[in-house]
Amino acid sequence: MVGYITKRALWAIPTLVFVSFISFVIIQLPPGDYITAYAAQLRHGGEYLTEAQEAAMRQQYGLNDPILVQYWRWISNILFRGDFGHSLEWNAPVSSLIWERLGLTLAISTLSMVFTWIIAIPVGVYAATRQYSLFDYLFTVFGFLGKGIPDFLLALILMWLGFTWLNMDVGGLLSPRYESAPWTFDKVLNLLSHLWIPVVVLATGGAAGLIRVMRANMLDEMGKPYVETAYAQGLSERQVVWGYPVRVALNPFISTVGWALPALFSGDVITAVVLNLPTTGPLLLQALKMQDMYLAGSFILILSVFTVVGTLVSDVLLAWSDPRIRYA
Amino acid sequence: MAIETLEAPATEAAPGREEQLYTAKPWTLIWWRFRQHRLAVASLVFLVLLCVAAIFADFISPYTPSSIDRLNTFSPPRAVHLFHEGAFKGPFVYALKRTRDPETARVTYEADREEILPIRLFVHGEPYRFLGLVPTDLHLFGVDHRRQRINLLGTDSLGRDLFTRLLYGARVTLSAGLVGVAFSFVIGLALGAVSGYYGGWLDAGIQRLMEFIRSIPTIPLWMGLAAALPIAWDPLFVYVLITIILSLIGWTHLARVVRGRFFSLKTEDYVLAARLAGASEYRVITKHMLPAMTSYIIAAMTLAVPEMILGETALSFLGLGLRPPVVSWGVLLQEAQNLRTISLAPWLLAPGAAVVLVVLSFNFMGDGLRDAADPYGR
Repeated sequence: MVGYITKRALWAIPTLVFVSFISFVIIQLPPGDYITAYAAQLRHGGEYLTEAQEAAMRQQYGLNDPILVQYWRWISNILFRGDFGHSLEWNAPVSSLIWERLGLTLAISTLSMVFTWIIAIPVGVYAATRQYSLFDYLFTVFGFLGKGIPDFLLALILMWLGFTWLNMDVGGLLSPRYESAPWTFDKVLNLLSHLWIPVVVLATGGAAGLIRVMRANMLDEMGKPYVETAYAQGLSERQVVWGYPVRVALNPFISTVGWALPALFSGDVITAVVLNLPTTGPLLLQALKMQDMYLAGSFILILSVFTVVGTLVSDVLLAWSDPRIRYA
Repeated sequence: MAIETLEAPATEAAPGREEQLYTAKPWTLIWWRFRQHRLAVASLVFLVLLCVAAIFADFISPYTPSSIDRLNTFSPPRAVHLFHEGAFKGPFVYALKRTRDPETARVTYEADREEILPIRLFVHGEPYRFLGLVPTDLHLFGVDHRRQRINLLGTDSLGRDLFTRLLYGARVTLSAGLVGVAFSFVIGLALGAVSGYYGGWLDAGIQRLMEFIRSIPTIPLWMGLAAALPIAWDPLFVYVLITIILSLIGWTHLARVVRGRFFSLKTEDYVLAARLAGASEYRVITKHMLPAMTSYIIAAMTLAVPEMILGETALSFLGLGLRPPVVSWGVLLQEAQNLRTISLAPWLLAPGAAVVLVVLSFNFMGDGLRDAADPYGR
């Protein structure tokens, strides 16, 4: 077990290096560099840099070095000093901008994941045990719809419905009057009334797929002899279903936790833009549009690192929960 | 639903057909199997119709996508009627009266129940080049009136006809999906084939690469790559680059299917026989192995199209993909980005409905093809 975990963790290292390199390349992709942008900013304020000054600054910041050297400087700053570079747009260190938003993204993603499981497992089990019943068909339709509707469209529709039919104040995380208020019961209620839309939007896509997976797995397991044996020994349906096949059918769930994370982060980015949530999405989009590349690259780097770590954790969980996997 | 499709035609075929079944060519068998998945067939018909409509968009749409009508902004969709005061009049729409709310000064539209505008076929309207070649001004349908227009799906903030723009957008969005899949098909087929045929360290390396690509959150990565495209570039060039960016991630699913098929076919007797008979590796792959997996590849490609379409729509919606004046469904949805516009003109979400329909159709069709891909099974 320990050997497997170590091996798996070691495999994650080259992936992480590759991910960070891709993020750095994205930072470097747009034409021009930090100094070009800085000079433009100065010009905007009425000052200007001469060619010689620009060249001197490039020398000073090492922008003429080969890309690998620059990459090493960037990544070692992050690793050893937690310094993600400087955001031009906000005129502040990147690290002071991102952590709060990343925390919120993680919180919403985790909440959505839990919500996805709460929906998907019982519904999948129900659909499998009552195959071809009315609800089975209903959930099938729901599954296809959930797969077909883009996240941002669902967010738009829910926002519109909430606004016109339920007379709710939608968008953002809190109503303006609560924003600087101390935490009270009312404020929590207000937060929840804003939070349900992103959570439902993010959970629908994932749940739609997982219901199908759970149903298929359950159908495979239900026909196996051990289930029949359990029935033959006089256990009730509830005991049989939840005690044996569900536990086996959950395996793919654990192994897809890692894959669910990239989808959730992707979904969060675009949903947050539509709903104007203070998570990573709007800031990332703005950073990309303003070519504030250190900020954008840091977001992409950290989201990818979260994903790689998530995949690692799900692999380890799988090995822990199912002894057959390790030797496969 | 799934079970019905799995029944082989033999179970219901008359004895006369049983003979046919044994002599039928594989593609005939696949077609017979596919035909049983009703939803898949319906999706196929819908997609073919949509493609035809997209190709002939300039003829079918009553206007041109950029023709602005200042006195007709945010006008609601117009219902097509057949009966006027109980009398059959053929398809027609009522004229629209534009008034202003005296209190809020908001423009409102009201159907004028007195004035009937019959829908005519083959009317002369705005000039365009048919398929970009033949100059003409003939449109499939329209109304004969100087001021009034027929807006089946309403108009946008500049009074442009949404139905027209939807059809033109279908050209870009559908072709972006298909072109993107074509790109990822090339990458996926090449890498999947190498991975599955040779195995060993090459396979391990390609597997790692695929795992790595799958572990990056797609939308942030797409956004990062798309944002690096300079705004000043030619829209057509940007369009090609966007599809390449989409396919750089989309190829992994296809490669997995191809690799899996190669692995299972490699040990088949007829492949061994071909090799023993002295066929070159190239010949074994192209003549003996590829034909056996064509149907699987087509099914996998069909299932990959929705991902591309959703990607294009999402990127354009965020303003990082295609940009106006290019008309795609994602670009159209940009207009429906804020709550005020949606509550004022909910019909601007129509391109979203189109996206959902197309994505579902491709999914159903892909499912049907996947079930039909192996006509000899079961």
